[in-house]
Amino acid sequence: MAHTITETTHAAPHHEETFWSKYVFPLDHKRIAMQYIFTGMAMAVVGGLMSYVFRMQLAFPGMDVPGFGLVSPADYNFLVTSHGTIMIFWVAMPVLIAGFGNFLIPLMVGCDDMVFPRVNRLSYQIFFLSTVVLLASFFVEGGGFGGAWTAYPPLSAKGAYSMTPLGSTLWLVAVALEFTAFLLGGINFVTTAMNSRAPGMKMFDIPIVVWMIVIASILFMASVGPLIAGAIMLFMDQQVGTAFYDPDRGGDPLLWQHLFWFFGHPEVYVVLLPAIGITADVMTVFARKKLFAYRTVLYTAFATGVLSFFVWAHHQFVAGIDPRMANIFTVTTVLISIPIAEMCFVYIATLYRGSIELATPMLWALGFIATFLVGGVTGLYLGASGADIYFHDTYFVLAHFHYTFFPIAIIGVFAGITFWYPKMFGRMLNETLGKIHFWGTIIPFNLIFIPLFVLGLGGQHRRIYNYNHFPELAGADFQNLRVFATVSLLVMLLFQLVFIWNFFVSFWRGKPAGKNPWNANTLEWTVPSPPPHGNFAELPTVYRGPYEYSTPGRDDDFWPQDAPN
Amino acid sequence: MLERYVEAASTYASDIDGLILLITVLVGFWFILSEAVFFGFIFRYRRKEGVKADYITGEEKEYSRWIHWPHYLIIVCDIFIIYGAVSVWYNVKQNLPPAEQRVRVIAQQWAWSFVQPGPDGKLDTADDIKTVDELHIKANTLYHYHLEARDVLHSFSVPVFRLKQDAVPGRVITGWFKATKTGAYDIQCAEICGIGHGVMAGRIIIDTPEQHMAWMAEHSPQTLAWAVGE
Amino acid sequence: MDRPIATTRTAAGLPTGRLAIWWVIVSEIFIFGGLLASYIMHRLAKDAWAGHAEHTNLYAGSFNTLVLLTSSLSAVLAHKAAEENNGPKAAKLLGLTMLGGVIFVTVKAFEWSAEISHGYTVLTNTFWSFYYTAAGLHACHVIAGVVIMGIIASAARKGQELQRVELIGIYWHFVDIIWIFLFPLLYIAR
Repeated sequence: MAHTITETTHAAPHHEETFWSKYVFPLDHKRIAMQYIFTGMAMAVVGGLMSYVFRMQLAFPGMDVPGFGLVSPADYNFLVTSHGTIMIFWVAMPVLIAGFGNFLIPLMVGCDDMVFPRVNRLSYQIFFLSTVVLLASFFVEGGGFGGAWTAYPPLSAKGAYSMTPLGSTLWLVAVALEFTAFLLGGINFVTTAMNSRAPGMKMFDIPIVVWMIVIASILFMASVGPLIAGAIMLFMDQQVGTAFYDPDRGGDPLLWQHLFWFFGHPEVYVVLLPAIGITADVMTVFARKKLFAYRTVLYTAFATGVLSFFVWAHHQFVAGIDPRMANIFTVTTVLISIPIAEMCFVYIATLYRGSIELATPMLWALGFIATFLVGGVTGLYLGASGADIYFHDTYFVLAHFHYTFFPIAIIGVFAGITFWYPKMFGRMLNETLGKIHFWGTIIPFNLIFIPLFVLGLGGQHRRIYNYNHFPELAGADFQNLRVFATVSLLVMLLFQLVFIWNFFVSFWRGKPAGKNPWNANTLEWTVPSPPPHGNFAELPTVYRGPYEYSTPGRDDDFWPQDAPN
Repeated sequence: MLERYVEAASTYASDIDGLILLITVLVGFWFILSEAVFFGFIFRYRRKEGVKADYITGEEKEYSRWIHWPHYLIIVCDIFIIYGAVSVWYNVKQNLPPAEQRVRVIAQQWAWSFVQPGPDGKLDTADDIKTVDELHIKANTLYHYHLEARDVLHSFSVPVFRLKQDAVPGRVITGWFKATKTGAYDIQCAEICGIGHGVMAGRIIIDTPEQHMAWMAEHSPQTLAWAVGE
Repeated sequence: MDRPIATTRTAAGLPTGRLAIWWVIVSEIFIFGGLLASYIMHRLAKDAWAGHAEHTNLYAGSFNTLVLLTSSLSAVLAHKAAEENNGPKAAKLLGLTMLGGVIFVTVKAFEWSAEISHGYTVLTNTFWSFYYTAAGLHACHVIAGVVIMGIIASAARKGQELQRVELIGIYWHFVDIIWIFLFPLLYIAR
C-alpha cells in the first residue's frame, strides 16, 4: 500500500542543541555540508601552498623558497604527489559532491533532510579521519609519500625504493578511508534524490545539479571497488611483504595500473558532472532561459558515464600493455569526446536569445565553459595513441588536466559558492569584490597553464625538480616560461585573499539576502535564508520543471516549481 | 609545428608531428568556432532594458539541428583522428621492422646503462661496449632497443625521436628507431622512479658510421684492456 | 509506533532501506569483483597455480559452504517471521544465522592454522597471497555481518525495527554468494 512521502522522510524531533551536537556531530544535512565545504576549502589552501612551493623551485631552482626553505628532490616529489592527491580527493570531491550534494539535494527535491542522517554524519567522520591520517603522513619518519598520486608499484610497494615506508602506507590508508566515506555518502544522495522528492516532482523535473551528483555517485561507486581491492593488495605488499605487484616474485606492476585507471578515468567524470551541473543551474538563472534540451543533457551525462568505463588504458598506452590493445582504447577515448562536446554545445545554446546578466556567479559559470573547452579539446591529442607516444608524461598532459580540473575544482566551486552563499548564510557577497576575485583568478590561471602547454610541446617531462639537468630543456626561453607561470601563480594566489575577505566579511556585514535574491525557480529559494532545521514549514508540491524562465504569457520572467499557477 | 620547439631526428618523428598537426587543424576548428559562438552569444544577448529572453526548450527541430549537425560532423572528424592515430601507432609500436643493429637499454634507480655492440657488430658478445648515461648509435641505421628496468618502473624517452616506452621490471620490451640526424640529444626518464628521478638524464650520441667506428675503437673492452696494460 | 515491514513505497517506488542495502552490496561486488578478476588474470597466465590450489582443504571449504547456505536459509526464515510481525521468532532465527557465521569463521581459523603450520603462509607465493587476502576479506565481511545481525536481532526480539531483518538478510545472501564464487576459484579449480 502506498504511503505518502512525509512518512518516509525523517523528521528529526526538535531537541536541545549543544555546541557539540550542532557543530561537531551534526545530523542536519546543511551542517554536514558545511563541514565538508570548510574542510575542503582548508585543504585547498594546503594544496595551493604546495603548488606555490614547487613552482618557486621550478622558477628559481636551488633557491630558498620563502616560508619553506630549500626544496630537495624528495621534497619536490612529496609536494607534487600531495598537491595532486589533495586537490582531487580532499578538495574537488568533498566540496562538489559531499558539500553541494548534502546542502542542495534535500532542499532541491523538497524534503527535510537526507534519508539516513546518521550514515551521513558517519561519512563525514570517516572523511575527517582520512584528512587527519593524510596530514599525519606528512610528518612521519621518512617523510610523506612522494610516488605521485598514481602510486605505481614497485615504487609505492617497497620502502627501499620509495624511501617513505610509513608515509606510503599512511597515504594509502588515508585514500582508502576517503573512498569509504564517499561510498557511504553516496547512499544518501541516491536514495534521497530518488525517494524523497516532493509530490509532483517527476524525474525530469529534478534540477540538473541533483541529477549530476546522483550520476557521479553511481559512477564513483561502480569504479572505486576494484581500486579498493588493488589498495588492499598494495597495503599487503607494503606491510606484509606479499608480492602482488612484485615481478621478481610472480606479481605484476601493471595490475595496479589497470585497477587504478579503471577507477581513475571514471573519477574525472565523477568530479566533472557536479561542476557541470552547477554551471547549468547558474547559467539558466542569469540568462533567464530554460535549459536547452534538458533530456539531451541527461542522456549525454549517462552516455559519458557509461563510456568512461571503457577508456582507462589511454593512460597506459606506453606502459607496456599489448600494443594491439591501444587501438581499442584510442577508439573509445576519441569517441567519448562526442557526448561531452554535445553537452558543451547544449550549454552554449542555452545562452542563445537569453538575457544575460554578468553577475559574479554567471562569470564563474561562463568561465567554466570557456576554459573547460580548452581542456576537452586538448584531450584529443592524448587520446590519439600515436600522438600520446610523444605527449605522455609531458607538461602537455599536465596543462590538459589543469584545464579540466581547475574549471571543475575551482571555477565550478566558486560558481556554486557565489550562487548559493546567500541561501547558505543569509547574506549577499559583495559583488565588486566578487568580480575582482573572478578576473584575478581566471586571467592568471590562463597565464600559468598556456606556458605549460608550450613546455609540453617542447618535450618537458613531468615530476622533475630541476630542468637544468636536461640541456634541451635548460635554455633561457623555456626557463622564462617557467618563471612566467610561477609569477602568474603568485598573482592568482594573492587574489584568493579577496575571496577570503569577501567570504568572511559578508558573513557578518553582507546585505540580508531574503529568500530568493536571484529570482530563481528551484525549491531551495522558497525557504528562508539560511533554511531552518527541517527546511520546509509545509511539504511543497511541484507543478513544473526547474527551468521555466521567461515563459511566454507571464509577467514574471521566472516561475517557481512550487507555484500552483 | 612541434619542430619549432624540439628537433625531429627519427624516421617516424614526422609521422607523429603530422598527426599532431592533423589533430590541431580539426580540433582547432571546432575550438575556435565554439569559443567564437560562445563569446558572441554572451555579447549579443547581454541584458538589455525591456528585452525579454526567448523561451526555447531545445526540442524544437529548428534549434536542435544546430546541435545534431555539428555532432555528426564531429564524429567524422573523430574518424579521421582515429585513423591517423592508429596508423602512426601501428608503425611505431606494433610493427617491428627487421633490425640492422641492436642495443640494450637498462634503467635503474637512478641511472641509465646501455650495452652497445662492439666492433664485431653483434650484441651479447664479448666485445660489447657498456656505457653509463650515454648511448652511442649510428645515424640512418634501424635499431632495435631492448628495454629493461632493474627495480621500479622507468621510461625510456627520447624527445627528438618522439619516442617513449615505459621500462617494466621483470620484462624486456623491444622497440625500434632509426635516427635521421647526427648530434647529441637528451634521454629522459619519463616515469617517476623515486627521489633521483630528476637526475636520471641521459644523452644519446648519434654518429656517422666513421665517428661511430672511432668511438668503438676507443671504448671496446679490448682497447680498454690494452690501455690498462693487460 | 509500529513501523511497517520493509519500509514504504516512495516516489520512485523503491523502498528506501532496500535501495540503501543494495547500494552497499553493489559497491562490495565491485570490490570483490576487482580482487577476483585480478586473481583470475594471474591464474590464467600461470599453470603452476593449479598445483598450488591442490593444497587447499577441500573438506573445510565444502563444509563451510554448507554452513553458509544453511545460514542463508535461516535468514530467509527470519525474514518470513518478521513479515508475520513475530519479532522473537525472527530474532531466534537470526541467532541461528549468526551461529552459522561463527562456525564458518571458527572452521576457517582451524583451516588456516593447519595450512600455516604446513608452511603455506600469505608470503609463500602469489596464489597463497590471493587465497588469504580474498578469503580474509570475505571473513571480515562475515564477522561484520554477524555483529550487525546481533544488533538487529536484539531489537527484533523486542518487536522493534523488524524491517531491518530483511535488509540484513539481503546482506547475508551477498556474503553467501561471494563465498560461492570464492570456493570454486580457490578450492576446486585445480
